[in-house]
Amino acid sequence: MKQIPAPFWTLILGIVVTLVSLWVGQNNHLLPVQASEQAPLIDDLFNAMVTIGTALFIVVQGAIVYSMIRFRRRKGDDTDGLPIDGNLPLEALWTAIPAVIVVGLGLYSVVVFQEMGGFSPGGHHGHGTMVAMAPQPSVVDIDPLLAQVGPDGGIDSKVQVYGFGASSRGSGNPPDLTVNVTGMQYAWIFRYPGTGIVDGELHVPVGQDVQLIIEAQDVIHSFWVPQFRLKQDALPGEAAELRFVATREGTYPVVCAELCGAYHGGMRTQVIVHSVDEYTDWVASRVAEATPAATVAHPLGHTDAEYLAGMAPDLATAPVQIAQMISHSTP
Amino acid sequence: MTPSGIQGGHGHPDKWKWYDYFTFNVDHKVIGIQYLVTSFLFYLVGGFMAVLMRTELATPDSDFLTPELYNAFLTNHGTIMIFLWIVPAAIGGFGNYLIPLMIGARDMAFPKLNALAFWLNPPAGALLVGSFFVGGGAQSGWTSYPPLSEITANLPQTLWCLAIIMVGSSSILGSVNFLVTIWKMRVPSMAWDQMPLFCWAMVATSLLALFATPVLAAAMVLLLFDINFGTSFFKPDAGGNVVVYQHLFWFYSHPAVYLMILPIFGIMSEVIPVHARKPIFGYKAIAYSSMAICLVGLFVWVHHMFTSGTAPWMRIFFTISTLIVAVPTGVKIFSWVATLWGGKIRYTTAMLFAVGLLSMFVFGGLSGVTLGAAPFDIHVHDTYYVVGHFHYVLFGGSVFGIYAGIYHWFPKMTGRMLNEPLGKVHFVLTFIGTILTFTPMHSLGMQGMPRRVAMYDPQFTSLNQLVTVGSYILAVSVIPFYINVIWSWMAGQKAEPNPWNALTLEWTTDSPPIIENWEVLPVLTHGPYDYGFDPTAEDAEEALVPK
Repeated sequence: MKQIPAPFWTLILGIVVTLVSLWVGQNNHLLPVQASEQAPLIDDLFNAMVTIGTALFIVVQGAIVYSMIRFRRRKGDDTDGLPIDGNLPLEALWTAIPAVIVVGLGLYSVVVFQEMGGFSPGGHHGHGTMVAMAPQPSVVDIDPLLAQVGPDGGIDSKVQVYGFGASSRGSGNPPDLTVNVTGMQYAWIFRYPGTGIVDGELHVPVGQDVQLIIEAQDVIHSFWVPQFRLKQDALPGEAAELRFVATREGTYPVVCAELCGAYHGGMRTQVIVHSVDEYTDWVASRVAEATPAATVAHPLGHTDAEYLAGMAPDLATAPVQIAQMISHSTP
Repeated sequence: MTPSGIQGGHGHPDKWKWYDYFTFNVDHKVIGIQYLVTSFLFYLVGGFMAVLMRTELATPDSDFLTPELYNAFLTNHGTIMIFLWIVPAAIGGFGNYLIPLMIGARDMAFPKLNALAFWLNPPAGALLVGSFFVGGGAQSGWTSYPPLSEITANLPQTLWCLAIIMVGSSSILGSVNFLVTIWKMRVPSMAWDQMPLFCWAMVATSLLALFATPVLAAAMVLLLFDINFGTSFFKPDAGGNVVVYQHLFWFYSHPAVYLMILPIFGIMSEVIPVHARKPIFGYKAIAYSSMAICLVGLFVWVHHMFTSGTAPWMRIFFTISTLIVAVPTGVKIFSWVATLWGGKIRYTTAMLFAVGLLSMFVFGGLSGVTLGAAPFDIHVHDTYYVVGHFHYVLFGGSVFGIYAGIYHWFPKMTGRMLNEPLGKVHFVLTFIGTILTFTPMHSLGMQGMPRRVAMYDPQFTSLNQLVTVGSYILAVSVIPFYINVIWSWMAGQKAEPNPWNALTLEWTTDSPPIIENWEVLPVLTHGPYDYGFDPTAEDAEEALVPK
């Protein structure tokens, strides 16, 4: 019987490893549903990395397991193994292959980063054009939380240079909607400039270019929507931008991802992605409810620390309710 | 080299008594043991905190610990495991014990400095443990980002800063000592490329510690001043900047990851050839890749800040630099696998942990590459994916490596063999526990569970319970190990000078070595990894025998 040559088995092995890796790369189901324009970009990058990683994992683990079995010491054999202490071409090869892979991944990452809008934060800051979305005139002209942050409209008057700007599709266009997001222990406050809407949950229309201007009031928080694959730290003293287009109607969690105190784990709320009509109705109903008389008297003039100290006992009892508390007290 | 210099006149006894290990002793071997025993005690303290946290996380609600205590545990678990377990065990313990023995020196270059460096550690640990009794412990994470760290638990946070400054100073003093010792005190016949790879790894480690640690110390001093003396370096409402702290912190703390793994890589390069009975594959590639990791490792810190106040160019620059680290790390992994290939592998417990490490590190390294790519990191930063990743490299990597080192050098250090069957039980429990504890974390993070939370979305309950079970297995796994060590140290089988038939110099002296290591300093007759070479071969002899 003729001996099958080793290169043949290597080829077969290579094909099998490649097929398995490609399959794992496409069918790992490790990430949650995609609900933003950026999500598929990131998932494709991740799946490419899983494909390459699976191949490397199988090859290296395979070599380890094979060596452990094939090259184990046999009983009674106290001699040493083969005195091979290097092989320059082989070493050059396994330096070059990972180098090529990481250069490729690096370039791919840059492309994804660019398409996500990573190079254009700060391009279109300031007030979004609410006209198309919310035809109602503003009935509340003083936003209570805005007043705490400072005169002059607060955080959105600053230049943002961090975060994500317009994605490659929307570049050059101003956002359809801007929402100011403030993180505080242990709640997210969403303010819709020009409408007076203040809410503990984020409402956005599907398919529209939404710009969040994110800042923190006390300590660092981090705004994360897993289904959007987007995260941006909310920093006290420095506003950041996060721009996205939600692509799927539904309710998704908004999670604080930066340790912000004892009740960090309870700092969760949700983002509701509406159809455009539903969103317009929501804006209309919220604006109709709002009256200036109901604005909360926040302890102006206090420092953040004093303000927080006053809130601390409440926080200890019902941290998660803060968002609702604030949104209810500004009907 | 005459023995006259060591016979009398050095003012030390023939043999250390047990109580000498509790004094300001300047013998590098005593100091090495002091580091190891201290760090193994703190390993239990840090592990105890982990088990309590995992118990809390068996249910989605915060119902076992108060949220404040949970945060204190997560803060001090991280701090203790890094600064009082892996760093002192890997660098202080193995570094001090082995370097003079491996290079044929009688002690470190600066013995008193060495003792001082060690004795900064116990009070630092006492400060951390003590901080629980004066305000519930520091609670803002081992990263201690301001403003949170400046408004939470001020007194414990101050003690935490002082503890970090002390262990940081210890690290700087130790690094100077290692560098000078390796540079100046090698036995005259040992060229740089005849030095054991553990020493190369310690050169890279020490350089990194010297460059990076002062920056951490500076950050700690500034934080301490902000908390206690009214300065506002990191207070945004008074002109400070919170992101500056993150840069200072990670400029040290990313290299700290390499401080915790480079010595372990060194241990790997010693353990694998001995038990595979084969020369290390690619000596120069392994030695130089340590230096490459040291260099590149200084320029990757912003990948911890991809979601912070980080400019677009930085996100890209640090994506590329982070991915590059994979290349020298890959070289090491491939070289170790190639060392196994064609060997005659002896399945000692030391070897099992070394091969286990190799296997774990492949996974941890690959998940590390995914974290280096900024677009994906944006999604999983500060989630359990990160927790899973760094435990794979720090537990599956560093801790496995420390175990491998203990099983390998315990006979040298104590003159007693460890019990092998008990060691294998320890390995199997540790291996299973590691996979069960840290693998599901990746999935949790990607699905949406942030890290550092005492309460979580109930949809994550079942995976968290799996992790908790895994952590209990890990907790149980240390029991056979501690029993083995304590029992074998007291009554184990006596060890030969060279029980593994290894070729590095530490095996040419007694087990345990005499004070000052050798009666007559050894002379190199072969390279550190010349397994399988015929010792009578003309050319090999000529190349290795000193002139």
